[in-house]
Amino acid sequence: MNTTISEIPDRFAIQTSALTRQFGRLTAVDHIALKVRYGEIFGLLGANGAGKSTMIKMLTTLLPPTSGSAEVGGFDIVQSPSEVRRRIGYVSQLLSADGALTGFENLQLSARLYGLSKPEGKDRIRDALNFMGLTDSATRLVRTYSGGMIRRLELAQAMLHRPAILFLDEPTIGLDPVARHTVWDRLLDLRHHYGMTVLITTHDMEEAEMLCDNIAILHTGKVSVMGKPDELRASISQDATMDDVFAHYAGGAIHENGMFGDVARIRRTAQRLA
Amino acid sequence: MLRFIRETYAIVAVELIKLIRDPTELVSRAIQPLLWLVVFGQVLAHVRGIHTGQVNYLAFITPGILAQSILFSAIFYGIAIIWERDLGVVHKMLVSPAWRTSLVFGKAFAAGFRGIIQMVVIYLVASVMHVSIRLDPLILLAVLGSVMLGSGIFATFSLIIACIVKTRERFMGIGQLLTMPMFFASNAIYPIAMMPGWLRIAAQFNPLTYLIDALRGLVITGGTSIYGFGVDFAVMFTIFAVLLFIAVKLYPTLAE
Ligand SMILES: Nc1ncnc2c1ncn2[C@@H]1O[C@H](COP(=O)(O)OP(=O)(O)O)[C@@H](O)[C@H]1O
Ligand SMILES: [Mg+2]
Repeated sequence: MNTTISEIPDRFAIQTSALTRQFGRLTAVDHIALKVRYGEIFGLLGANGAGKSTMIKMLTTLLPPTSGSAEVGGFDIVQSPSEVRRRIGYVSQLLSADGALTGFENLQLSARLYGLSKPEGKDRIRDALNFMGLTDSATRLVRTYSGGMIRRLELAQAMLHRPAILFLDEPTIGLDPVARHTVWDRLLDLRHHYGMTVLITTHDMEEAEMLCDNIAILHTGKVSVMGKPDELRASISQDATMDDVFAHYAGGAIHENGMFGDVARIRRTAQRLA
Repeated sequence: MLRFIRETYAIVAVELIKLIRDPTELVSRAIQPLLWLVVFGQVLAHVRGIHTGQVNYLAFITPGILAQSILFSAIFYGIAIIWERDLGVVHKMLVSPAWRTSLVFGKAFAAGFRGIIQMVVIYLVASVMHVSIRLDPLILLAVLGSVMLGSGIFATFSLIIACIVKTRERFMGIGQLLTMPMFFASNAIYPIAMMPGWLRIAAQFNPLTYLIDALRGLVITGGTSIYGFGVDFAVMFTIFAVLLFIAVKLYPTLAE
């Protein structure tokens, strides 16, 4: 995948240094240093509980780090959180669109919270609905949407203010293959149209290979390896698959991992999507 | 300031849409005050055991029941916030650059609309039961203000508790634990003068007491505020400001 987006030399969209977060005695994110270039799709991979969501929550200013530092869009996440917030979009691993509102009303809320003027908001909402293929469902309550539609609506919400950097936490979890491919297509289009930088977490190897220019595999809060997907495959053996890469670096096969709480949460998300 | 209004409006608009779309909760919340007025109020009015000065007992408790229903409908705001947290709605609000003060104030303001609906219900029931209600526009405006302020206080209080306990089960427990004592340690259904000394002291630290005192002076013909409106509103505004300050500090921890 070649990036055609104008990159700002010497500046990174995301840059962390020894970023750490503890919950009591548990170190969920442990001295992580990474750099993400503008225009890149960067994948944060790892089994359940590896620290992916904790990482994203820190970078999106939702969770203060215990130690270390990070810059997002050129601003420090602790010193200038509101500057960071202005430059980012976020889709959480939960389904955060409000089921009691219509698709249009969800977008309107975002437009208002991000301070778009009325005509500007209107235009962008129309474009976003169009882009995500939701124009016909705009006046329906979101609780009647399919999982794939909700995800696309959330993407639309997250990009309404044209953020430079988009954070997506397991955006295709629980989706069927068709819905999943639609989300991928929209994402690649978004990058193509707006040159957005995307940081995406997943534990799906196909997704990582399909979308990401670079990936980092997390294991118990640490980066166990970082690089381009084909480089990582080559580092294992000639005909290694991404699953082999994952098994090698993420401490075991994908499906054996995950604690009960994580599994229960994923089931809940999957049920809402069903 | 303009930005604050715009962001607050964004939150209030959402709450209003939901309220209008699904009024079942409002209806069920209106039943309780109805029972208090129609059953409890009437029975005790016949007993004549509680000396309520110039006004009869039913008129006396009308402002108290209004305040109670404001408390009960606002206090469960916390549940809604916890629900929003579980869904990830809170996270979406908090990654936006909107001021945290607007987000919290918007919730408090929206709670006021629920309070106003309770007010309408109670005014109707009380009128049917021949309680003499004051209807001059300025007085009504003052009642509206008190209802909004009271709702804001209890909704913000509830939000703070939600931020601390974070789960629905725990919130339910604490909600029950706090609301009933608050109700009984107030002048809602008996005058402060009748209370034993310890309860009188408790009532003086209870925000509900000041809301009821103000409402008693405003809602019914011949009713009087014991502390005076100045004191009532000063206390309520101070409490609201302090609670708002705390809630704005705690609200972001919901996304952690
Ligand atoms: N708010 C929290 N309080 C306590 N522990 C947490 C909290 N959030 C996450 N953790 C723990 O931190 C670890 C990493 O979690 P998370 O970042 O959600 O992993 P992932 O997203 O990779 O599945 C897990 O062990 C999880 O249980
Ligand atoms: Mg996660």
